[in-house]
Amino acid sequence: MSKNPEFVKFDKVDKSYDGKVLVVKDLQLDIAEGEFITMLGPSGSGKTTCLMMLAGFETPTHGEILLDGNIISNIPPHKRGIGMVFQNYALFPHMTVYENLAFPLRVRKVEKDEIDKKVDKALSMVSLNGFETRMPAQLSGGQQQRVAVARALVFDPAVVLMDEPLGALDKNLRESMQYEIKHIHESIGVTVVYVTHDQSEALTMSNRIAVFNDGKVQQLSNPAELYEKPVNSFVAEFIGENNTFNGEVVDIAKDKCKVKLANSEILANPISVKSKGEKTTVSLRPERALINPTDNMDNMFTGKIEEVIYHGDHTRVRLNLLGSSEFILKVPNSSSNLELKVSQDINIGWNSVDARALDPK
Amino acid sequence: MSSETKQILTTDGIPLEVSLKKAEKKNKIKAFLLVAPLLLFLIITYVFPIGEMFSRSIDDKMITNMLPKTFKEMEKWDGQELPPEEVFTAFYYDFKVLVEKQEHGKLGQRLNKEKNGFNSITKKLFRQVKRKKIDESISIKEQIMKVHKRWRTVEYWQAIKRTAPPYTMSKYLKGMDMYYAADGSIAQVDEDRRIHRILWLRTLEIAFFVTLFCFLMGYPIAHLLATLPMKYSNLLMICVLLPFWTSLLVRTASWMILLQQQGVVNDFFVMIGLVADDNRPEMMYNKVGTYVAMTQILLPFMVLPLYSVMKTISPSLMRAGKSLGGTPFVAFWKVYFPLTIPGIGAGCLLVFILAIGYYITPALVGGASGTLISNQIAFHMKQTLDWSFASAMGLMLLSGVLVIYWIYNKLVGVDNIKLG
Repeated sequence: MSKNPEFVKFDKVDKSYDGKVLVVKDLQLDIAEGEFITMLGPSGSGKTTCLMMLAGFETPTHGEILLDGNIISNIPPHKRGIGMVFQNYALFPHMTVYENLAFPLRVRKVEKDEIDKKVDKALSMVSLNGFETRMPAQLSGGQQQRVAVARALVFDPAVVLMDEPLGALDKNLRESMQYEIKHIHESIGVTVVYVTHDQSEALTMSNRIAVFNDGKVQQLSNPAELYEKPVNSFVAEFIGENNTFNGEVVDIAKDKCKVKLANSEILANPISVKSKGEKTTVSLRPERALINPTDNMDNMFTGKIEEVIYHGDHTRVRLNLLGSSEFILKVPNSSSNLELKVSQDINIGWNSVDARALDPK
Repeated sequence: MSSETKQILTTDGIPLEVSLKKAEKKNKIKAFLLVAPLLLFLIITYVFPIGEMFSRSIDDKMITNMLPKTFKEMEKWDGQELPPEEVFTAFYYDFKVLVEKQEHGKLGQRLNKEKNGFNSITKKLFRQVKRKKIDESISIKEQIMKVHKRWRTVEYWQAIKRTAPPYTMSKYLKGMDMYYAADGSIAQVDEDRRIHRILWLRTLEIAFFVTLFCFLMGYPIAHLLATLPMKYSNLLMICVLLPFWTSLLVRTASWMILLQQQGVVNDFFVMIGLVADDNRPEMMYNKVGTYVAMTQILLPFMVLPLYSVMKTISPSLMRAGKSLGGTPFVAFWKVYFPLTIPGIGAGCLLVFILAIGYYITPALVGGASGTLISNQIAFHMKQTLDWSFASAMGLMLLSGVLVIYWIYNKLVGVDNIKLG
């Protein structure tokens, strides 16, 4: 079976609630069959609105949403056959776990034996066998979450939507649930559209991530590319940590450009700058800058340590470098590491490839 | 682990338990003192009056105190034939005391309630006693029997014997259109005189339908209140609460203006040609008026508990129901409605209990066919001054409410009620 690369398609979708502000602007997004796609963005960026439009609880102001080639904008939610996991699980508090899971099957008039079989299968998928007769209030947060996931999957929907499903869990549980959901997705191959504002969650779980800001998709790519090669300064800032330099392009070649800062110059990788004289924000990941580099790097500077914070597996060092005292270094915690002390001067170097000259902030 | 239970001591060497009790005692006293005024208030205004009502409703001591010697002698009388000489003598001496205290009239009235015809024969006997016509040296039985032929009739003496116990349930029986027959058994009053049973049934019927109407109207309003955005829901809430803040009398009076035959509603019906001008329907002084006015007045008591429950139901539950394939109706019926049952229970119980004892509104707009049991109670309080009967009916109403509460508890469970 060949996978449909346009299984879910947002075609030039606009959405406005009040007729004045567009919450979603000209959204063009294709989701392949069996893909795990995450909509990532700060609150108010339009990602949940997109999910609600796909689920059928909101209608697009303009444009169409297609599911497997059919326009679904006018189909009510209960006929779309899309499973959904809600932020607060939305388990029916007056029904047992079994009844919760049987609900989507019962409304589809599935035979009793078949229901039992499917509920059992769904529960074993989230390893909650034996919990059938419990009420949701008798379950822990993580168990409720799993029931919610099982309920969204029990009727074999083509697409499952998840709206910040792990937001209410504590950190450890959240991480183990991330893997669990990822494994369920891998084993049954359902298309998942996942909404979150937690970037590490998005990086862990997704095939592709759509970074939303201001109603628009800023970048749509796989996690590695998103982290390594952000296309604009919003994405660079939003995903992971980031050192930035604001300056002006003074010289530009094919894969290198010279950026003039307040009182020095650095070499950078021109991404969104085209010509001399453009303002730019240069973005550099903290782990790409090395202390006392042995290789020959094309950016070498000396900075003064302002602050050292011990983080266990790594040490964060804040430097005063190139006129900015907000330069962050992540130093891996290994025995070969130097004794880092405040107000010590150290040499820092990085390759110009890693310093991406993006649009100015 | 050692099984030895060692007493734990505080640093001062006092056993921990004692120390804890001491510390808690202060808090307990403080807590009690805080609720004491309310407790006192409740006892004075609630427990005490109900006790008073109860004792009044079964009280029949008056006559017991009036004829102490008679009843003592009557204990030996089997009640089949005319009582022996001793009973007559005792009755005569009791009666003499009453004549001196000028209380013989009360005795006549009280005995007349037990059996018709006592009033006149007591008056006759009074005249004889007053003129000292009764010779105490010869048989008093013969002399009394000569006063009137009813004094020679055994039924009248049986009636006196029936009034002997200081307590009676007769008021309660009267409230259910029953009475003690001459032989002491319980009998029904004639069919055309059974007014109380009709009133009880009507009260239940009106309370039931008012509750139903309140529910049918209140549920959508409460739902709207719970789902509308804040600025509209506040306005709607004020509309719902406005009747609350208006005097009950004013509201009832305005219903009278609206519903009367020459009233606003009828004028409107005539204007749009729904009814002919000379055939205006009566919407007041009957059940219709009672239904309309009571439903409007009691509506907030339904809306508020429903609203407070609906407010807590997350809108994502309905969405979940729909996204899982339920039609909007199925999602409502299987998901939303069961979750509102605590509110429905609270609202219905509240409205029903208030409606069952409603007084002013039925009195003003109810007319003859729209009055309830509470109006009857008021009637006996104010017109006939039969307070013991009013008390008895009041207590019957109260126990009715308690029974409803008990049934309700069995069906729904009081724990499931949510008042907010």
